[in-house]
Amino acid sequence: MRMLAQILALVLLPTLAIADAKWVELPSGAFASLLKYPDSQDRLQKVSAFALMNVPVSNAQFLEFVQANPSWQRSNAAWVFAEPAAYLSHWRSDLTLGASVLPQQPVTFVSWFAANAYCQAQGARLPTWNEWEYVSAADQSHADARTNPAWQAEILSWYAKPANTALADVGAKPANYYGVMDLHGLVWEWVSDYSAMLVSSDNREQQDADQQKFCGAGALSIEDKQSYAVMMRVAMLSALEGADSTSSLGFRCARDIPADTTLGNP
Amino acid sequence: MTTKTILIWACAVLFSITSSSFAKNTASETLPPKDSIYQLQSEFIDQDGRAFKLSQLQGKLQLVAMFYTSCKYICPLIIDSARGIDKALSKAESAHLRVLLISMDSARDAPSVLKAVALKRKLDLARWRLARTDAQSVSMIAALLGVRLRALEDGEFNHTSALVLLDDEGRVLARTEKMGGVPDTEFLAAVKAALAAQVKSN
Repeated sequence: MRMLAQILALVLLPTLAIADAKWVELPSGAFASLLKYPDSQDRLQKVSAFALMNVPVSNAQFLEFVQANPSWQRSNAAWVFAEPAAYLSHWRSDLTLGASVLPQQPVTFVSWFAANAYCQAQGARLPTWNEWEYVSAADQSHADARTNPAWQAEILSWYAKPANTALADVGAKPANYYGVMDLHGLVWEWVSDYSAMLVSSDNREQQDADQQKFCGAGALSIEDKQSYAVMMRVAMLSALEGADSTSSLGFRCARDIPADTTLGNP
Repeated sequence: MTTKTILIWACAVLFSITSSSFAKNTASETLPPKDSIYQLQSEFIDQDGRAFKLSQLQGKLQLVAMFYTSCKYICPLIIDSARGIDKALSKAESAHLRVLLISMDSARDAPSVLKAVALKRKLDLARWRLARTDAQSVSMIAALLGVRLRALEDGEFNHTSALVLLDDEGRVLARTEKMGGVPDTEFLAAVKAALAAQVKSN
């Protein structure tokens, strides 16, 4: 039986290689979020141990998903879940990428609902913003490199690149401290709680307008104004609706790590 | 009767027998349109413990809002807002309107808790339904209704508030974020117009 599985693995490997998501285990920890949560006394956000895909989901992987799930093909998807004119609009057709869309580029033009469905199909979920921010604080050799000016400059250089540059393949750049790639410099990424980012469009209004708009403790605000990269992400995510999709917005999946177990890679 | 119509009729009968057990794979005739929020397959449970899917709400205009029972400030106002619309309608009009209040608090709003609020607020349960669902579905229905919410550490929620009017197939016809017992006039006009159209077509 085991031998059969090995033979099968060898036979199937060339076709499945593309679909293999490598899961990276992230240790639990507390980190200083750049967002100020009105309900927290300090800015330390606790993150439980979880697993994250080492790279964003690629076109090839998403193609496999829509092949297996016809209701998520471009012409079938419900409009309330995926804006019809935008969802996978760069692909040639429902099941063909086309010459200008490379299999190993990150998939973009995917809505939050579609990203959710993809992750659910992998027995996974989208990462929370907190999880994403926690992992993205790392550079290649430090868990939290956010105060390093050189690293800040590197991230900012991405924003200086024209938006019409073709997207690089996933995993083309070095992994960070945790072994995760492409958190910066490739695409924006959906998070499960994108709609929880109740950030006022103008933080100066915080005290009045938001008290009416938001029930509860008021909106989040951004603590470190110099963290332009994070501000951009938060502003972008908070402006999105769940059915939206754009040319530079992709995603990756996360999953919980049950206590006292380790996660095997597929 | 042609063979074709007999076939269709037979299928319809067969379908009505099997539809309850195969709710997920129903034939296209009862599937909500692509622009309907009833596309959401999640299961909801109402104040009387009855499980339902949004697609089962097809056929009547629905006024939908999200709330949670332990919310002290704006949530009572959300119920007031829905009731304000309801009260501004004639008996003949409101007979065609259904109201659905969806809890965002999956952890605490059990059917019995919803029922208690419905009784306390004297909601007409022949036309009003209070419902709960799982946390993942809460975030999905919130996204579909354009409601933004965040669970706070103390179990409360930070959220925006909206009343959403859905047509008889679950498409969004109108929405308002103006809360209070005095109805948003523009929104009320949309509700009345939709009800008038519904009555006319029946």
